[in-house]
Amino acid sequence: MSEPIVVTGLGLITPAGRGTAASWQGALAGKASAAMHEGLAAAGTSVTLACQAPPLDPDGELGRGAARRQDRYTHLALLAAHEALTDAGLVRAATGDSEWPLAGADRDRVGVLLGSGIGGAETWDQEYARYVEHGPDRVSPMFIPRMLSNSAAGAIAIRAGARGPNVTVNTACAAGATALHVARDLIRSGSADVVIAGGVEAGITPLAVAAFARMGALSSNPDPQTASRPFDVDRDGFVMGEGAGVLVLESASHARTRGADPLAVLAGAGASADAHHATAPPDDGGGAVLAMQRALRDAGLSPDDVGHLNAHGTSTPLNDAAEARAIRTVFGPHTDALPVTSTKGVTGHLLGAAGAVEAALSILALRDGVLPPTAGLRTRDPEIDLDIVVGQSRAHRFDAVQSNSFGFGGQNASLVFTRAQR
Amino acid sequence: MDTQHLYDRLTSILVETFGVPAEDLSRDATWWSLDLDSLDVVELMLVVEQELGVKVADEQLEGINTVGQAVDVIAAAGVAA
Repeated sequence: MSEPIVVTGLGLITPAGRGTAASWQGALAGKASAAMHEGLAAAGTSVTLACQAPPLDPDGELGRGAARRQDRYTHLALLAAHEALTDAGLVRAATGDSEWPLAGADRDRVGVLLGSGIGGAETWDQEYARYVEHGPDRVSPMFIPRMLSNSAAGAIAIRAGARGPNVTVNTACAAGATALHVARDLIRSGSADVVIAGGVEAGITPLAVAAFARMGALSSNPDPQTASRPFDVDRDGFVMGEGAGVLVLESASHARTRGADPLAVLAGAGASADAHHATAPPDDGGGAVLAMQRALRDAGLSPDDVGHLNAHGTSTPLNDAAEARAIRTVFGPHTDALPVTSTKGVTGHLLGAAGAVEAALSILALRDGVLPPTAGLRTRDPEIDLDIVVGQSRAHRFDAVQSNSFGFGGQNASLVFTRAQR
Repeated sequence: MDTQHLYDRLTSILVETFGVPAEDLSRDATWWSLDLDSLDVVELMLVVEQELGVKVADEQLEGINTVGQAVDVIAAAGVAA
């Protein structure tokens, strides 16, 4: 039996709040964060609601040149990583310092593993417009370093001086969860002592929103409070969100040696492919079933051991129905005793960041013994036979939580966290 | 040739667009001392082209390491145009 891999730090910047505490309070309050997006309205997209991260000042918070040299998605990742590293007791520097020296870890054995579905979306849009309008000679030399989907992971390593493995994974809307899975395995395999792992996305651009809307993936409901309504009978799509979630992972012995207090154990991780369709899940959620079962087996747990499930629950008609069937297939009769939440009712869909943000929210639910409600849900779809937490947060003590993330391409990830042994 | 006007324009771009502290600027200031790398300098010349209408080819930037040298290159490019 391999050594447990524990979570020792959390960092969040989400539409529910700036920082982990604010995001958690926002999730518990169950108030949707969707609002009219001025840039989308100005561009004339059919959908103008989005869940934006709180405003930030890149140059003021991350140092001169951040706004010009880095895309918004890198700013979000850096801010979440800084919070996670500070929370883990590995960094004392301020966000704006040019270096964040690591204390208590060998920087050559500290890795970074991020997931992002798109990368620097805003940069793509801006530079392509410049190319079309002014020609190829006006394209910024910063385009490539700003846009590349591995830039954020590189930027974290540069600040922290982390010279361990540095990888960015893409499983679309499962990328944040896949990153945690792969990060855990890097530590298990001995390739790193500590991995700064998570997901980031900043894709609320007119082009991306137009494209998701053309697919029929986005809600056309103009009411901000119910546009994202996971598991509701009237759900009609997701609301675009943005943000970042970063977790610090390390072996239990490494955490103990440096005196760090683990928040939870990343006990199990499962991955699968639907091998079915580019965007639609199979009706029975077959790939999702495999990912959940693999995560449970990896954790050495039976379905009955799971006390709470943070669903992918995007608020699209197809995902929520298929996921609900998959949950019942995996958990059987225990499904009736398994409270399920989709925090996307509050945050919208953070795409490549979702899996990491929801992993962090799952850990906080485990820590505090309280489950956030599924905002936006007014009338549960009768076809969805689950105990959905609605209305208000629910007090509930439990010892294991599961979090699902499924991406376009049919790429699925499921994570299981358990209480850390003190 | 009087390049004071060009120097003033270039340094105002450096302050306003690139966030360089005005007190760090002089004709002898190197890109390195201003925390600007080679990509920043290419970007700087894009802004110069947009604002001053003077195009400096990338190869003309080779060996240009200071603000004063850049002013001279821009002046020469302007004359050539």
